Amino acid sequence: MTELASMRKAYGQALVELGKVNPDVVVLSADVSNSDHSYMFEEAFPDRFVNVGIAEQCLVDVAVGLAYSGKIPFANTFAFLFATRALEMVRTHLCYGKANVKLMGAYAGISDSFDGPTHHAITDVAIMRSLPNMTIVIPGDPVALEKLLPQVADWPGPVFFRLNRNEVPVLFDDSYAPRIGEAITLRPGNDVTLIGTGLMVGRCLEAAEALSGEGIDARVLEVHTIKPLDVDSVLGAARETGALVTAEEHSVIGGLGGAVAEAVSDACPVPIKRVGIADEFAETGPYFEILDRYGMSVEHILVAARQAVAARQGR
Amino acid sequence: MHYHSEELIRDISAQAQAFRIQVLKMIYSAQTGHLGGAFSAAEIVASLYFHHLRLDPTRPDWPGRDRLLFSKGHACAMLYTAMAHRGFFPVDELTTFRQLDSRLQGHPDRVKLPGIEICAGPLGHGVAIGVGMALAQKMAGRKPSSFSAPSARATAARVYVVLGDGEINAGVIWEGAMAAAKYRLGNLTAILDYNGVQQTGATADVMPTEPIADRWRAFGWHVQEIHGHNVAEILEALDRADEVHAQPSVVIARTTKGKGVSFMEYDHRWHGMPPTREQYEQALAELEEGLGK
Repeated sequence: MTELASMRKAYGQALVELGKVNPDVVVLSADVSNSDHSYMFEEAFPDRFVNVGIAEQCLVDVAVGLAYSGKIPFANTFAFLFATRALEMVRTHLCYGKANVKLMGAYAGISDSFDGPTHHAITDVAIMRSLPNMTIVIPGDPVALEKLLPQVADWPGPVFFRLNRNEVPVLFDDSYAPRIGEAITLRPGNDVTLIGTGLMVGRCLEAAEALSGEGIDARVLEVHTIKPLDVDSVLGAARETGALVTAEEHSVIGGLGGAVAEAVSDACPVPIKRVGIADEFAETGPYFEILDRYGMSVEHILVAARQAVAARQGR
Repeated sequence: MHYHSEELIRDISAQAQAFRIQVLKMIYSAQTGHLGGAFSAAEIVASLYFHHLRLDPTRPDWPGRDRLLFSKGHACAMLYTAMAHRGFFPVDELTTFRQLDSRLQGHPDRVKLPGIEICAGPLGHGVAIGVGMALAQKMAGRKPSSFSAPSARATAARVYVVLGDGEINAGVIWEGAMAAAKYRLGNLTAILDYNGVQQTGATADVMPTEPIADRWRAFGWHVQEIHGHNVAEILEALDRADEVHAQPSVVIARTTKGKGVSFMEYDHRWHGMPPTREQYEQALAELEEGLGK
């Protein structure tokens, strides 16, 4: 059994560490700091923490004012709220006005499972990805989070950092060295590439292991930066393996699958199967069970991989 | 009362009227733009740029500058005109308003045009962004300035937000207003261009805002009500607002939409309509006559 570790705790700790080394970092919350664990920063740096109350549009605009004054604001609320309620602020000031605000999208995907579809974020990546100048980063585990957060602070311009609420499998050790904008090949393979992001990276690795028993040699490519997409790595996978599967905790519309399909259809069309939630809302329930029921199980990746390989061979 | 010379008041008043003429020419020439809300804000903008704000047009990114957040971005023809005459860019450039390759976008663009503090046009952003800027000053340990302690002006930047009255229909205005009061932002002043008319009709009909002063007071703001075309009252109110500590200030400036042109005043149709040649000539004649007064 893979070790599980809390993404929220890792986030709170990483934020405090960042605060220690970068005095320009300030943290804002729309009154959910005990949910996302940004309260840990508040305890460490009370003078650099702003709680605007349950007011997500105000949250983003106040962060914009701080950013235009030279601070590096980390704004915290649930991922779906940034992508929906506060979206105009994000578009006008972060993307058009180039405010250097970092959006910490908590409880992303299905991870706030028991709070139900009102709290799930399954369209946030598609929405954010459509905005010019936006960068989208999704850490796959607590190690990735810890390594990527300081890079988010240093990255020039707005970032949507998509965070899982729960204890998740630990995939990486200290040798993991992600760079924003660069996909990582976690497992070599020649028959098909499983392109995963976030929690689904672990499921891609499991699927690759199972596929090897079937004689399918699957590559696993981790795309932690959805935008700007590492097009070279994706096209390399398309050329070298001839078939792609994308796997994400998100709608099959417009997220990682959409980004990969756009890149590949332009330059190197190959069969692509997209694993994610269909164009529907999920329901309340245990996290991993919802993922399995709504199209994001290891089995779903296996089926998609077999279909992609068959489609390639059938051409 | 703070002392402002009659000459200063006369100069700024004349400048405001001259800016209306410039704005009329820009919008007539481009055949697109927003006259009514630009005319109502003329004295407010002129008073800020030509007396009250501490700024350096040659260093638009100077960290110590006062911030002017022109939240009612649709009226930017007036903002651009004041900025050009204040030296931020050549006055000749005003003729490029709303044209291809211009820095003078249809609504203000802070990336293209140095000196613009925020992109505006989508309404409602000024107060909350102003809160962020005012908080940044506080975090830096800078105390708000005041008339009684002029030496403080050497280090403290203040934040001014020009709002439209239709704009305050937006909920985020009041989210920002609550946050400003919570953080006791004495370094934040809003000037409400209270012209009583918005895009499709009278504000009282579209979305009533009264009792306007009580509303701001209830949100924890210091309130002044003035005649918004009277430069002496504007200058006095801005000075008084600077002396308010531990709470944000709003100056409710009662103005007239389309001020200065008889057939535009109080008429919501002049929110975003360019004039015909005949209308332009009549408007120009009226504004020029007003200039001589």
